[in-house]
Amino acid sequence: MNGSRWTMIVLIAVVTLFLVSWAIKSFPSSGDTISWPSIRHAFFVTLAAFVTLAIFSFLYKDNPYYKFAEHLFVGVSAAYWMCVGFWSTFVGNLIPRISPGLSKFFGVPYKEFTFYYFVPLILGILLLMRLSSKAGWLSRWALAFIVGTTAGLNLIRYLRSDFISQVSNTFVPLLVQWKGTGAFFSDFSLASGGQFTLMLTNWVIFIGTFCGLIYFFFSKEHKGVFGAASRVGIWVLMITFGASFGYTVMGRVSLLVGRLTFLFDDWLGLMN
Amino acid sequence: MNNLGLIISFLVIGAGLLWFLLRALQGKEVERRIIFVFIGLAVSVPILFSITFAEKASPIVKAVYDKIENLPDGSRVLISYDYGPSMAPEVEPMSNAFLRHSLAKGHKVYLMGLWATGQSIAATAIDSVVRREFPEKVYGVDFVNLGYKAGNQGVLNVIITDIRKMYLTDVGGIDLDSLPIMDGIKSLRNMNLLMSVGGGFPGIKEWIQFAGDPGHIPVAGGSAAVSAPLLYPYYPTQLLGLLGGIKGAAEYEAELKRHYPQFADTPQPGIKMMGPQTLAHLVIMAFIIIGNISFFVARRRRG
Repeated sequence: MNGSRWTMIVLIAVVTLFLVSWAIKSFPSSGDTISWPSIRHAFFVTLAAFVTLAIFSFLYKDNPYYKFAEHLFVGVSAAYWMCVGFWSTFVGNLIPRISPGLSKFFGVPYKEFTFYYFVPLILGILLLMRLSSKAGWLSRWALAFIVGTTAGLNLIRYLRSDFISQVSNTFVPLLVQWKGTGAFFSDFSLASGGQFTLMLTNWVIFIGTFCGLIYFFFSKEHKGVFGAASRVGIWVLMITFGASFGYTVMGRVSLLVGRLTFLFDDWLGLMN
Repeated sequence: MNNLGLIISFLVIGAGLLWFLLRALQGKEVERRIIFVFIGLAVSVPILFSITFAEKASPIVKAVYDKIENLPDGSRVLISYDYGPSMAPEVEPMSNAFLRHSLAKGHKVYLMGLWATGQSIAATAIDSVVRREFPEKVYGVDFVNLGYKAGNQGVLNVIITDIRKMYLTDVGGIDLDSLPIMDGIKSLRNMNLLMSVGGGFPGIKEWIQFAGDPGHIPVAGGSAAVSAPLLYPYYPTQLLGLLGGIKGAAEYEAELKRHYPQFADTPQPGIKMMGPQTLAHLVIMAFIIIGNISFFVARRRRG
């Protein structure tokens, strides 16, 4: 049997299964009569299930069903973002500031005419010039504005939140609630809010940051005490990467659980 | 059912791992598609048997819970839905738990999104959580959906000084000035707590940088596991608490269930997902050990 015949058989099987699933899902389980909402709901649940299976099919090998689901996702996403952008930004923010007539037409409350709202309108039109081969260069002006503004905004905020505040957060007391060695041992506790745990946390932050920085200091050869601190630094980095990997696994498994729960529950009705 | 499911899960997983170990000791490779099927089984069996484990809130999760709990009734809580459907299975339990807790405490809740998809997800949350569990809450008085605005962190940079420069209406086109919930609200500085749920850009990091830090407003959130390690450095000074991945969601749901018995029968997807999650992690750890055994066996055979 040649390849194209197999492709046709698989396609017919998939379409048949889809129609059977749609028909079965359309009948309400409680014995109620079939209705338009139940038919519509059954169609969307079946479609979602088949698109999920199409994406999973990539685990076997690349195939047209996976490609179809992938392209459908990209197309729907792009269209969704464009529609929401139009209604929330163009209609929601611009129209009420430039035209009472258009505000009435779109059903949004007119505020007051604000001249400088024409600036983003013009920049937006310039951005769309990218679609033209002759006037495409004009889009660079709008793009330059976006890049410059974003860089300026981020520079200030990153400097404050990710540099100054983070450096400040690293200056932690190494002796927390210290009342002497005797009191430390007599009140010793492994509780999360206890003195020992708080001190241990601060020591880990201090040593981890210090040794991590030493690892990235290349002006001195990593030998002796400096080399030992550098090796501690690389251990800290490795533990951090390990924790990130663990979290990534958790995230991916969560997504798999979400999809399988949908298939077992919403589509197949296997769960209570 | 839980115990039976656990036994069946361990039998299936144990038998599979034993087979993998024997293959490793014989120095034979395992087809990657068999590993995919095995992971699928390890996750499917606990889902079908609804295996769950007891959860206890860690300090970083408890901090978020305590903040919402200790705010005076009628405080203003903003929840930003900064995620899309691809992240929803992991972070939707968090946003629903925040919404449920805030409304149960009698806070005024403002929903918005820095992601276009967040607008629809917030609307879904209103239907599935607010309308079903809090039918007495009135739109525009107790909660409002402000929707999405384009501009990423630029939106925050504007609404930190004046919300109405960016939001003239709610998501349905209703004038904000006509909604009682917006009385006395000029900017984000009038909020008592800012919460972002997401895991990408823009997300919690941008809320800290462009709203929390400059406005001295408490920021908390829930993050997809992939992004959570990058946010821990902000805790506790710049970020008062964080729900990291589905584990954080499960801990929060457990805490909510413990203090609010009325939520005992509400859906708790976070807790339900921790069963398959735990078993899948055990399997992956076993794979790492078996992979190392296979590597050393192969090296010894090569001489």
